Amino acid sequence: MATLEIRALRKRFGSLEILKGIDISLEQGGFLVLVGPSGCGKSTLLNTIAGLESISSGEILIGGQVVNDLHPSKRDIAMVFQSYALYPNMSVGENIAFGMEMRGVPKPERDKAVAAVAKTLQIEHLLSRRPSQLSGGQRQRVAMGRALVRQPQVFLFDEPLSNLDAKLRVDMRVEIKRLHQQTGTTIVYVTHDQIEAMTLATKIAVLKDGELQQVGTPAEIYNSPSNLFVADFMGSPAMNLLEGTVKGVNGVRRIVLERHDHRPIVLPIPATADERQLSDGAKVIFGIRPEAVNDRESIDRGAKSVATFDARVEIVEPAGADTFVVTRAAGKELTARMRADTEVRIGENHTFAFNLDKAVLFDPQTSRRI
Amino acid sequence: MTAVADPLAATPSHEPARHSVTTRVVIYGALVLLAIVYLMPLAVMVMTSLKPLAEVTGGNMFYFPHDLTFEPWKKAWGTSCVGLTCEGIKGYVWNSVKMVVPAVLISTLLGALNGYVLTKWRFPGHKLVFGMMLFACFIPFQSVLIPMATILGKLGGIGQTLTDATGFSWGFGNPTVNLVLVHVVYGLGFTTLFFRNYYETFPTELIKAAQIDGASFFQIFRRILLPNSAPIFIVTVIYQFTNIWNDFLFGSTFAAGDSSPMTVALYNIVNTSTGVIEYNVNMAAAIIAAAPTLVVYILAGRYFVRGLMAGAVKG
Repeated sequence: MATLEIRALRKRFGSLEILKGIDISLEQGGFLVLVGPSGCGKSTLLNTIAGLESISSGEILIGGQVVNDLHPSKRDIAMVFQSYALYPNMSVGENIAFGMEMRGVPKPERDKAVAAVAKTLQIEHLLSRRPSQLSGGQRQRVAMGRALVRQPQVFLFDEPLSNLDAKLRVDMRVEIKRLHQQTGTTIVYVTHDQIEAMTLATKIAVLKDGELQQVGTPAEIYNSPSNLFVADFMGSPAMNLLEGTVKGVNGVRRIVLERHDHRPIVLPIPATADERQLSDGAKVIFGIRPEAVNDRESIDRGAKSVATFDARVEIVEPAGADTFVVTRAAGKELTARMRADTEVRIGENHTFAFNLDKAVLFDPQTSRRI
Repeated sequence: MTAVADPLAATPSHEPARHSVTTRVVIYGALVLLAIVYLMPLAVMVMTSLKPLAEVTGGNMFYFPHDLTFEPWKKAWGTSCVGLTCEGIKGYVWNSVKMVVPAVLISTLLGALNGYVLTKWRFPGHKLVFGMMLFACFIPFQSVLIPMATILGKLGGIGQTLTDATGFSWGFGNPTVNLVLVHVVYGLGFTTLFFRNYYETFPTELIKAAQIDGASFFQIFRRILLPNSAPIFIVTVIYQFTNIWNDFLFGSTFAAGDSSPMTVALYNIVNTSTGVIEYNVNMAAAIIAAAPTLVVYILAGRYFVRGLMAGAVKG
């Protein structure tokens, strides 16, 4: 049975619809990441799960119980806020114990629970300090401690790492992941950072304009995006999306990417696409991740379908572990992720290869995957 | 960075300008002069209150006291005549305290509660309600006197009925209680304005966290909001204390005789139409009347400026 289930959830502010019918379920111990651009409704969705915002229609179930009309404190959830939301007038220990105090837990029991959580998070030495005396990372830990101490069915995280600097953010990300693995808690996590989404989630839900675009495992979202928005939003650098045309060549269907200074690139239909949806002359968007574009020699040995083409190198960006090589096809930039020691030179013609096992096709009209 | 002493040294325009000696002399000269002008009345009051009456009427008011005496202070406090009774102003100071302390505390707490609701528990029409409360700040005192008198009269009637029915005085119709009520009602506009603006910048996530922690409406107010409101609390208390302590119009209208506040008693002492005018006693009484507001301002003045500026600049 799912720990968290959301059925046909809608949220309206007057005539403005913020959430347009959301259906998600999350199993016990799952890690659901809600991801999307600003204003897509992901934080609103989290707030409705927490009970901090009411819903217009639909149902939210936590542990099999409909919680639509339950007060936030009765929903068996805990929340970590973006700003940490630590009470400035209380010490760290009092902050962590406040929820228990409100529920009337006796002091000795509270102290024991606080000590246990402080040990897990290694903040024992901070318990008597005020939040203003803590660093960003320490505040983050305290905020997590306040959530952990409740031992709720579902943890809610609202962009918890966005106030930290880059290095600390990576550390805390690892820590959250470790915490999740150790405690086996069920987590719903909101972020706009797609790397956080990929690394943490067991399940990703991509939202845009209050609508679910796709729900799936990180691999599904990354490899088989269900539409152009998901393809473009997830992954850095973004997936190459090139306009092409379906043409019959010698009785076999091919995808043709026109180029104005070179011969067109002619590709077989990728195995991921449903050929029945294609007709001669139809426009398609050919999508391929930068790591599936490489030298002929460096392309994945196991690839079943590889296509090569020559193109002029426009930009070379060494990024340490990889080098990003930018060329041009079908009127757009095409980024290839190559070895760090690649010897391509700007302005030269180079032979690139597509790993077509990893390529996907989209319908430009509906923007859905074919 | 150490300042370069040479005034001829080129000063880049982005650095704060350094003043030449002449400029400084002019600035400090003007400040000292203005300080003297502002302090002069207080100094004259203090000096006059410490002189015997003969020295006041016969001498120059700017001279220091020749025969230093505290008699005028004793008289003002204990034996000067207010109206027909000659028991000094001590009873009236106590009247004022009894009125000011509850009025300040109640109006401040209610203002805080209003600010809390108007920012963190918004309801449809909250802007209209706030606008109407703001309007209360701009109603001239005089225009509410007669309606207020009617209402207080009605309350007095209700109080009488209650007393008859229960045999216990509920305080309605008592002039001090009436004044507290008037000042609370009149002060609410200001205190609400202060607290609303302060809580507007108070992080809403803290309220949400407390809600999830299971704190109730009043628990959030008492445990989260109030402990973090010290600056605006001090501003509001100073503002309300000064206004209510100094009020004359409501005091003279709604409290007569023995129950009048300090300000009304002071007026009666100074405005006596019989006998010699004892300037030294008048001055002592005036200083006593002004002392509490002075003390409050000196003790908490720096918080006043800090609190007024709170939220004005981010950082």
